[in-house]
Amino acid sequence: MAHPLQLGFQDAMSPIMEELLHFHDHTLMIVFMISAMVLYIIMLMMTTKLTYTNTMNAQEVEMIWTILPAIVLITIALPSLRVLYLMDEINNPHLTIKAIGHQWYWTYEYTDYDNLEFDSYMIPTQDLPNGYFRLLEVDHRMMMPMESPIRMLISAEDVLHSWAVPSLGVKTDAVPGRLNQTTFIVTRPGVFYGQCSEICGANHSFMPIVVESLPLQHFENWSTMSS
Amino acid sequence: MADSIQAKLDNYKTASFDSRFPNQNQTRNCWQNYLDFHRCEKAMAAKGADTTCCQWYRRVYTSHLLGLG
Repeated sequence: MAHPLQLGFQDAMSPIMEELLHFHDHTLMIVFMISAMVLYIIMLMMTTKLTYTNTMNAQEVEMIWTILPAIVLITIALPSLRVLYLMDEINNPHLTIKAIGHQWYWTYEYTDYDNLEFDSYMIPTQDLPNGYFRLLEVDHRMMMPMESPIRMLISAEDVLHSWAVPSLGVKTDAVPGRLNQTTFIVTRPGVFYGQCSEICGANHSFMPIVVESLPLQHFENWSTMSS
Repeated sequence: MADSIQAKLDNYKTASFDSRFPNQNQTRNCWQNYLDFHRCEKAMAAKGADTTCCQWYRRVYTSHLLGLG
């Protein structure tokens, strides 16, 4: 989950999020280097007594400051396209979970075998035990097995919502009448938090998402007990 | 033939990748399999044949369908 004064992304819990983190670091480094160079040149320009007012043409420097930015852009585009295509890879999922947005809670359905379905409401602050995360905890978490490709189908019953979990690198809009598919793999067991990411009315900020990933055996025990 | 269909049904984990629906919007996938299930049932019943093979479509659309619980 996010922590106070956080600047960067949350820790990556899926391979795609790791790729996104590395791509972001690469691109941000390029941005910092360009900014530093520009600021340095501005400082040099403003602190010199030398002047030359007869410049007519500058063929050589024009070549340099056209070719070099083109190379920089290609250096950004190639990793970007790589991550884009990685996100689109066909992975045959082991499990399908449906997340349906309502005003103002989520419903999770696991219908591959038995019809397991439950609602997930935020725990109001007055009912929150000590030490739990305010506005992030829910009564029933979405459980899933770790290290398995999961397909999620996201939809909504009333208005637009969006199912987002930053540490998994997932954000998918929940559109009424439409099934939006996203796939991911969670590499570690743990509890991951997210919040509804499309304005949906008065309690838009109060319908969080909590994903709990477990080893397969424990997940199977949970789903057998819950069905 | 019937054995392998039963084996496939027993080994069903979840709906696999369908290249007719490669993109994010899977609404049509659910609808198509629902249609195929009912058509299969109707056709097999009309011929008087075993409708077990139609269960595959039912499993696939059930994996996709909302509001089943």
